[in-house]
Amino acid sequence: MANTDLRELESGLDELERSGEPTRRRRTLAALFPPLVALGAFLLLWHLAAANDWGHKKDYQLPSPGQTWKAAADQWSTGRIQAAVANSLIRGGQGFLAALVVGTALGLLMARVKFVRAAIGPFVSGLQSLPSVAWVPAGIIWFGIGESVMYFVILMGAVPSIANGLLAGIDQVPPLYNRVGRVLGARGFAAIRHVTLPAALPGYLAGLKQGWAFSWRSLMAAEIIAHSSRIGLGLGGYLDDGRVNSDMAVVLSGIIVILAVGIGIELLVFAPVERRVLQRRGLGSRA
Amino acid sequence: MTVEAVNSGPDLQVTRDAVVSLRGVTKAFGRGPVILDRIDLEIAQGEFVCLLGASGCGKSTLLSIVAGLDEPTTGLVEVSGKRPGLMFQEPALFPWLTARQNVELALRLRGVKKAERRLEAERLLELVHLRDSGDKRVHELSGGMRQRVAMARAFAQDSRVLLMDEPFAALDAITRDALHDELVRLRTELALTVVFVTHNVREAVRLGDRVLLMSSRPGRVAREYPISIPQPRRIEAPEVAAIALQITDHLREEIRRHGQH
Repeated sequence: MANTDLRELESGLDELERSGEPTRRRRTLAALFPPLVALGAFLLLWHLAAANDWGHKKDYQLPSPGQTWKAAADQWSTGRIQAAVANSLIRGGQGFLAALVVGTALGLLMARVKFVRAAIGPFVSGLQSLPSVAWVPAGIIWFGIGESVMYFVILMGAVPSIANGLLAGIDQVPPLYNRVGRVLGARGFAAIRHVTLPAALPGYLAGLKQGWAFSWRSLMAAEIIAHSSRIGLGLGGYLDDGRVNSDMAVVLSGIIVILAVGIGIELLVFAPVERRVLQRRGLGSRA
Repeated sequence: MTVEAVNSGPDLQVTRDAVVSLRGVTKAFGRGPVILDRIDLEIAQGEFVCLLGASGCGKSTLLSIVAGLDEPTTGLVEVSGKRPGLMFQEPALFPWLTARQNVELALRLRGVKKAERRLEAERLLELVHLRDSGDKRVHELSGGMRQRVAMARAFAQDSRVLLMDEPFAALDAITRDALHDELVRLRTELALTVVFVTHNVREAVRLGDRVLLMSSRPGRVAREYPISIPQPRRIEAPEVAAIALQITDHLREEIRRHGQH
């Protein structure tokens, strides 16, 4: 068969096999609608519960959405919310970055050295199921009340997730990729850089995401227990101040802000990265 | 049409310069059964050899040994020139790269300078008629396109020897037929020496200058068939069918021996 005939035959086959791309805008709208409905229903239910004494004995126990909004606005005007968010984000971010460095190094070490993995692998996995708030009392005894406790608790909470995520990602690299790498001449460091690490990226990202969630939770626990006027106010301290003053509206506003920061980081930082990585590989949903 | 089956022996086929040469290659994994038993094989420059056999005949192991991914337990393997290209049943393209980046990675690992990689990758993609698809991600390509990118990636190793392990087995018949034409064209154009493993008898006769029938457990070269039908051949051609029929009979004979205990 002539080369041009073959070219046309192949491009015909190529064209027939390709699938159409779905439109993204419509999918985004469709994804946003149900959560908004749920949020609206929740606010309505909250409002009714506060107005009708459902499930609480005293008025101060359940302020209405409006009262909570007003308390949050007051706190905002004094700058307390902004300061608390900034302090917590800086602590959480720095702690997470430290956990990322330690966890990645630990994960690589466990993946490369069989003995290390056999020796500490079970403990690292076990630590993942230990609530990191359990480290707070120990941290206070070792470091005193201060930011060191917070970084310590974040590390204990996030490092195992990150190390295990990287390890799982490396374990799941299809053996065929390693064979192809060897056929192409990738050995040693080149094989790690061009084959193992990129192939392990989805698992590693999942580990980082979980590591961030653990960092944030650990930090809140540490801030609730170990806050004082000597260190900057964090969101955990903001919550606990609300409890001390029996100001439920402040407590609720604190919970909402903590939740919003967690969701915000997930949506603004991790989701786009993860979506891009998975989409490139033709994995995950395209919404 | 019939073809003379020749019993293979160590003193066979030393007419042209051998590019791939195996002498007394035996392979066993650990203390397990012998997978390959004293294989002697000489493959000449530009020759297209098909290895045919039932499951367990060690044809993939043989290919891995020629590719340098496996060591023979005993025996000698010589492959002249650069490390041979190897293609699998799955294209095994890296999904985090585009089609062109997959080819560029092979060039990079071969030591080609950055400035030359892109043009060279485009030239190689043009060889398999995929120049316009270079920026596509692997998942956006059809099965046939992926195997053609894998072919371009194998060419990027700049070896004149191409080893193929059932590369078209997972494709539909129409695409497979087109890729047979493509492979025959490229093999002439690039003066390739090809070792092609398959369990599809017609495919072997369609493509090969020589078909080696392997017996199973242990894997040996049982018979070999020179195929002199001029290219381009069609897989539906009666000459191809006639030889395929004869080889299939021999293959069944080999398989039946395993049923007799």
